[in-house]
Amino acid sequence: MTKSELIDALARKQGHLAYKDVELAVKSLLETMSQSLSDGERIEIRGFGSFSLHFRPPRMGRNPKSGDAVVLRGKYVPHFKPGKALRERVNTLPLDSDEPESRTG
Amino acid sequence: MALTKAQMAETLFDELGLNKREAKELVELFFEEIRDTLASGDDVKLSGFGNFVLRTKNQRPGRNPKTGEEIPISARRVVTFRPGQKLKARVEAYAGTQQ
Repeated sequence: MTKSELIDALARKQGHLAYKDVELAVKSLLETMSQSLSDGERIEIRGFGSFSLHFRPPRMGRNPKSGDAVVLRGKYVPHFKPGKALRERVNTLPLDSDEPESRTG
Repeated sequence: MALTKAQMAETLFDELGLNKREAKELVELFFEEIRDTLASGDDVKLSGFGNFVLRTKNQRPGRNPKTGEEIPISARRVVTFRPGQKLKARVEAYAGTQQ
């Protein structure tokens, strides 16, 4: 499912908002979440999961072209930890019957 | 302070002028829809933010950390989140104190 398919689904499932409003709302929600993480603030959604930042310490890397050693600064990366309800919901399908379809891309 | 559904609804109220009930309902639906889609076996790809990707894990040997007893960890399907380029670049710039 892509962002536009998510917008379509939400527009269908709720009664009162115009498609355009749902589209703006989804974009606004994702921007709010991105901004929160960019500010170093966690996101906690009960039943879904939490997003936080993990620190990656500085390390020595290599320029793959020249082979020169370069110092890579420490940085933060976003991390998602699925909540209990999401973990359980996702793990229910029989595991040998879920591969073939729906795995396009 | 962490971002919660209540604050996200508040943002929709402030920025888009949705009424509070609509805003709250839309935030609920947003996470529900992503969860239902993942539960149905489909990945969710939100460009600019990131992808929620399902991974199937085989059974592997495990251990009860308290007793040391060996118990197999059953095969399972799990959700992983792969942040998009844009989100990664924004977060990388965060220069706050180490958490």
